[in-house]
Amino acid sequence: MSEHLPILLVVVPLAAAAITAVLRSGRIAWLVTLVTSWAVLGISVSLLVQVLRDGSIRYVLGGWPPPWGIEYSIDSLSAFVLVLLGGIAAIITPFALRSIERELERGLVHFHYSALLLCLAGLLGMTSTGDVFNLFVFLEISSISAYTLIAMGPDRRALHAAFRYLIMGSVGATFIVIGIGMLYMMTGSLNMADLAELIPPERNRTISVALAFLTVGIGLKLALFPLHLWLPDAYTFAPSAVTAFLAATATQVAVYVLARFLFTVFGMGFTFEVMALDRILIPLCLLGILAGSMRAIHQKNVKRMLAYSSVAQIGYVVLGLSLVSLTGLTAGILHLFNHALMKGSLFLAMGCIMYQVGSVRLDDMRGLGRSMPWTMAAFVIGGLSLIGVPLTVGFISKWYLVLGAVEQGRWIVAGVVLLGSLLAVIYIWRVVEVAYFEEASGDEPVREAPISLLIPTWALVLANLYFGIDATLTSGIASGAARLLMGGG
Amino acid sequence: MSPESLTLLAPSIPLLGTILILAARRHPDVREAVTLVTAVSLFASVCALYPVVAGGGRPRIVLLEVLPGLALFFEVEPLGMLFALVASCLWIVTSVYAIGYMRANKERNQTRFFAFFSLSLASAVGIAFSGNLLTLFVFYEALTLATYPLVTHHGTAKAKEGGRTYLGILLATSIGFLMVAIVWTWHLTGTLDFRSGGILHGAAPPGVIMALLALYAFGTGKAALMPFHRWLPAAMVAPTPVSALLHAVAVVKAGVFTILKVVVYVFGFEALQPPVMTTWLLYVAAFTILAASLIALTRDNLKARLAYSTVSQLSYIVLAAVLANQAGILAGGSHIAMHAFGKITLFFCAGAIYVATKKTEISTMDGLGRRMPLTFLAFFVGSLSVAGLPPTGGTWSKWYLLVGAVEGGHMVLLGVLALSTLLNVAYLMPIVARGFFLPAQDGWSDGIKEAPPLCLVPLCFTAVGGVALFFFPGPIFHLLGLLL
Repeated sequence: MSEHLPILLVVVPLAAAAITAVLRSGRIAWLVTLVTSWAVLGISVSLLVQVLRDGSIRYVLGGWPPPWGIEYSIDSLSAFVLVLLGGIAAIITPFALRSIERELERGLVHFHYSALLLCLAGLLGMTSTGDVFNLFVFLEISSISAYTLIAMGPDRRALHAAFRYLIMGSVGATFIVIGIGMLYMMTGSLNMADLAELIPPERNRTISVALAFLTVGIGLKLALFPLHLWLPDAYTFAPSAVTAFLAATATQVAVYVLARFLFTVFGMGFTFEVMALDRILIPLCLLGILAGSMRAIHQKNVKRMLAYSSVAQIGYVVLGLSLVSLTGLTAGILHLFNHALMKGSLFLAMGCIMYQVGSVRLDDMRGLGRSMPWTMAAFVIGGLSLIGVPLTVGFISKWYLVLGAVEQGRWIVAGVVLLGSLLAVIYIWRVVEVAYFEEASGDEPVREAPISLLIPTWALVLANLYFGIDATLTSGIASGAARLLMGGG
Repeated sequence: MSPESLTLLAPSIPLLGTILILAARRHPDVREAVTLVTAVSLFASVCALYPVVAGGGRPRIVLLEVLPGLALFFEVEPLGMLFALVASCLWIVTSVYAIGYMRANKERNQTRFFAFFSLSLASAVGIAFSGNLLTLFVFYEALTLATYPLVTHHGTAKAKEGGRTYLGILLATSIGFLMVAIVWTWHLTGTLDFRSGGILHGAAPPGVIMALLALYAFGTGKAALMPFHRWLPAAMVAPTPVSALLHAVAVVKAGVFTILKVVVYVFGFEALQPPVMTTWLLYVAAFTILAASLIALTRDNLKARLAYSTVSQLSYIVLAAVLANQAGILAGGSHIAMHAFGKITLFFCAGAIYVATKKTEISTMDGLGRRMPLTFLAFFVGSLSVAGLPPTGGTWSKWYLLVGAVEGGHMVLLGVLALSTLLNVAYLMPIVARGFFLPAQDGWSDGIKEAPPLCLVPLCFTAVGGVALFFFPGPIFHLLGLLL
């Protein structure tokens, strides 16, 4: 049984998605999703334990040995991301019950869970597969279900947002498949480990073009500045629980895929020495950090503000990868995890506000510090984490990022990283001032969100604190994964 | 109880106090009793540590490991002992005063006020006891955040504005400079522990040491070195007990304490000798001393004047630290205590005057001294202490500062210090003189009498304390002597 865990991880949510679509009952669909997400969490944790104990797992699908058959390959990096996916799904599903019931039409609820499970299955598949074409298939599964999830948003503008995402996402997917096609053309293989062996280390035009297509394609998926234009609308108009889920998982998996291609498939030597991709990525990340943070400052809708903040945070993650050092990679992988915790908790807090107030515009948050103390406290702690205050996960990320920059004497990078933190102070504090210092304007008193929404929110908030106070576990796994990537394995 | 567990207990007491204060929010009398009991037990536990540290011990307790090889831990050494003693002793006095002040002014949200006050003290003691730069940074930031709701206590537009400046400057400097300095130190030395003799000596070329010194000096925004001093006057929108304990003692002293610790235990004196240039920083501090004093002269609002006076006095300590010689450390360390007693007295007086008369502007305080003789007498003693004149404790720190400047061969600084003393007298004494000697302005003074006893007794106590430090400075210099 336990040797089949890698495939169960994908098959279980896939099957559950089909079941929920047929069942036509929101409550039962939710229950199925809940059970599935906890099962996924259990499987991914046991995989992580197994990987940390015995090393990477390779699972051959249907008994066809690679490079002919599809192989699943789970190392410490993918296992770490899998646990993140499972954990986020397991926390957000309980939140979704009431939040989705309030925001969606009755008839759509079970479709929502079906799409959510499909999306989860796709993300899990992307993370665990060792085959680039299989990765593309899962990418499409997760993307298409994500478009659906966003389109279900309560506001009619959600349709427009989903459509925009669909166009941009499809362009990205096309680029990715072109890149994969070129790799196949040159090497005759689709297996990652095999590709890593076969790709010639010296400059080769087709391989270089393949790298370019893949980088831009994945860049679109992960909303790397300036390819981020789909993200703010999508995050703003999606249902609250969906925003939290996508912000905490989809971009992280896209970053994982980028790291896989750059470090494992193409190899560090080719990507960064022959092609010098870091010279393109680092400036883009720095611009993304600054531009994302500045745009965030001017937003009137707090969800949109957090979406722009995500653009900046993605810049941090990719920046860590592009420093191409052990510390830098550790920083990137850690921030991938930490950012999911921060944004997850912040968007869940937004979900609580949406549930009670029916709006997440800044103007409608007056006086919420008093009427929704637990929700706003969660927002403040999540915000402090985003800023990078010590004893939160944000501090750990910033620590490694600045250390990585200082090691290489890149003072501008260190400066921009910290400037980003300070800009975060500004946009987080705008909300704090409105919520705590301005009197409520509405006629009827606002009440605190129900406990079933608060518990998941606070679970993520506490995770922000826990992994910020004792980061030995996460930083140990991240630096192990970084070592693995650097080893060219 | 073992010294190690006392080290852990001391910062936990005000933390527990915060929770109890919140729990007792419906019963103001119980709540205030909790504050007082917390303050007294904190002081008692810090005092219990004194014999150990004075005997040369350095009790140490590891809290937890944050990152591989990097732990949060407490280690009590003489400077931290001194800072903790001053802060916890004055907290008792301030608590009494705050209860009187908040009740007399019928302030709102008193539970929040006392809870965050207690939390601020926990952070301050955490700073005092921190055993490495990471621990210090954690509590440094905690102190910034815990004092924010106190600064913005009134919730008015002005309070919000002041809070922005406060948070903006303190976070910008600490995240932008101090954190870089800490990460850089970690990169160079592989440790962040405070060690006698420093960790940076020989670990980096002079240019890097200078850059680090600049990052530490300006990164510690709480030390209010110009041009990063604006937060301190901005923080004066807070209720006066906050200004008194936090913005004359705990917060600002946490800043200069950080600089002293960094000079003594991170750089070490040897790392700051030529060819490393420190003279420029001495002049930045000297400039801050004079410029802030001059600005203080122009301020009519009493609290604003005192705030600029604090900016100026803090740079005495920065100056003393950067001298990096024995007399400098004696001066800097003792000034933490001496200035604390002087300045808290002045703020208490400002608050007492406000409680009794609702007056905030100096120009309206003519003749007030005859109605409030004790308050103005205390103000006089506090002024002497701040100016560094006998018979107050401030004399000793200024004495050692002069000695340190001469030893370091900085004759210009002697002139600066002399001029600064004159300026101190010039901006503080007129207040006393107006109070006692000018005739009262028309009519209003009839109903005025001293502030309630809860306000009056603390300010008399701190004034007497300032004088006592002149006659009995022994324990302070004994502690600081252990450093040399």
